[in-house]
Amino acid sequence: MPALVEMRQITKTFGPVAALNRVDFAVNADEVVGLVGDNGAGKSTLMKILTGVYQPDAGEIWLGGMRVHFHSPLESRQRGIEMVYQDLGLAENLSAIANIFLGREITRRTGGLRLLSEGEMERQGRQHLDGLQISLPSVFFPVERLSGGQRQSVAIARATAFRAQLVIMDEPAASLAVSEAAKVLALITRLREQGVAVVLISHRLQDVLDVSDRIVVLNRGSKVGDLRRRDATMGDVVGLIVGKSA
Amino acid sequence: MQLEQAPSIRTTIVRRLAPSYAAMGRFGLILVMLLMMAVLTILQPAYFLTRENLTNIARQISSNSILALGEFAVIVTAGIDLSVGSVMGLSMIVLALAVHADWAAGMAVAVALLAGLGVGLVNGLALTRLHLPHPFIATLATLNIARGATYLLSGGVPISGLPPIVRMWGADDITLLGGTSFPIDFPISFLIVIALYLAMWVLLTKTSTGRHIYAIGGSPKAAQYAGINIPRNLALVYVLSGGLAGIAGILLAGRVNSGYPTAGTGAELDAIAAVIIGGASFFGGRGTAGGVFIGAIIMGLLRNGLNLMNVSVFWQQVMLGFIILLAVYLDVLRRRAMRLES
Ligand SMILES: Nc1ncnc2c1ncn2[C@@H]1O[C@H](COP(=O)(O)OP(=O)(O)O)[C@@H](O)[C@H]1O
Ligand SMILES: [Mg+2]
Repeated sequence: MPALVEMRQITKTFGPVAALNRVDFAVNADEVVGLVGDNGAGKSTLMKILTGVYQPDAGEIWLGGMRVHFHSPLESRQRGIEMVYQDLGLAENLSAIANIFLGREITRRTGGLRLLSEGEMERQGRQHLDGLQISLPSVFFPVERLSGGQRQSVAIARATAFRAQLVIMDEPAASLAVSEAAKVLALITRLREQGVAVVLISHRLQDVLDVSDRIVVLNRGSKVGDLRRRDATMGDVVGLIVGKSA
Repeated sequence: MQLEQAPSIRTTIVRRLAPSYAAMGRFGLILVMLLMMAVLTILQPAYFLTRENLTNIARQISSNSILALGEFAVIVTAGIDLSVGSVMGLSMIVLALAVHADWAAGMAVAVALLAGLGVGLVNGLALTRLHLPHPFIATLATLNIARGATYLLSGGVPISGLPPIVRMWGADDITLLGGTSFPIDFPISFLIVIALYLAMWVLLTKTSTGRHIYAIGGSPKAAQYAGINIPRNLALVYVLSGGLAGIAGILLAGRVNSGYPTAGTGAELDAIAAVIIGGASFFGGRGTAGGVFIGAIIMGLLRNGLNLMNVSVFWQQVMLGFIILLAVYLDVLRRRAMRLES
């Protein structure tokens, strides 16, 4: 069976900066892949190429055995790939509900006009938030009025609201308290049980070791490790990240 | 993620109040408007509240409020349209020339509107296709191009005399509730203003396009990540702004029964002022059509009241400046209060 997602020989430069150099990266269905590396190793860039935020200078992306070109995140979302961006990517002036449905609002026809179904979006949005055990002071507040942790929750809710095949989480626990971070890990496990593949980018290596089936290590734009969880120790991973054994 | 908790009384209250923060800003504006009306009634008891004066105000603010409406849509995306005053002048001259070339009234109005839409499209494409760094640049260019074209087309002189069917949109009244004992003569131009504001309100708050326009202004990155077609939405708001400026020109031409090449000079600044007084944020993503409507009325009341009191236009301009400062400062205070509360 072909991999759910396969990125081949991905290369990307930003002006003089070589962000990625011939990176191969694959995710299988219902697999959790930990993607680790030092700051600036190219983790976010690799995943933004996968979602169509950036275009690769060279390399190919294959989805379920078919070559794809994602020109914008709209196209990757339509193919079931969602991402929680490191900077969250929320519209601060809009409510949690509006953010969850941003770009795929529910509408209905009223008198010849296609209007937003606010009630339906609120109902489904609340249901989804409840399912994730997220409680917010109000689903109508602009998200700028929510705490860092609450905003992170909204970003996660948005990425999981639409039956994705693959959810990419870029430092999803960065601004969360310990107990809240634990919930994110539990959510990742739950997603895998539902058959959703997950890519987890995190600096908390213990978290990554706890939930991943496979761990991919980037070092200054190159892939330096691709380990099955059961073959990896903390020491191995740290060594690859700092480049000792590379 | 937040821990589960039973909703306390406090969170219940906060939840109830949540949607009203936007309303609060508008409420303050309405208060300012009513206060101004009260003061004017006291100062000019014999004249201010007469039907003649009120319909006059309504007619006078029609053009500015329509320019402000288009400007508002642009400002929601964190953009700016400096060309609306010139586009209004261009539309006026195009209308007058077409009429004097014996075009049918409908055709003349259509080309005037098309002139506005066309400049708007140029603005939108200059931003999204030519990737000019900021809409300030593209619309500064079209401000000059449209104004120059207006002088060239008109030869620099007014073109007077329009047929009644063209004039009526900006000049005539319509009798509402005609059969009843309370007939009201209502300026057609102000009915058009109300219809346009309602349409814009529906677009911006009831459709996904409107939601995307707010998202682009609030956070372009979020809009991009959500897969929103940013260039298409940006082009749309500039086309709308140009089209509305075209309509403003048609109404103004009707009101003054001519097209004159200096019309609308500097009007973009009044439009921007109405938007800002109306509570929209210059940084994008915030504001309501209703607020802008009241902003335009406040400016009209200010002009009218100061005129009635024989205050010179120079002092009027000074006062307008202070009102802008005050409006924005109140908004800053309101935001700060909101942030302290949460
Ligand atoms: N939009 C951008 N423009 C210029 N350089 C960028 C951009 N995005 C990332 N980079 C550079 O690419 C490299 C990889 O960045 P990134 O993918 O964010 O790393 P990581 O997520 O692993 O910390 C860094 O050197 C960073 O400075
Ligand atoms: Mg990163």
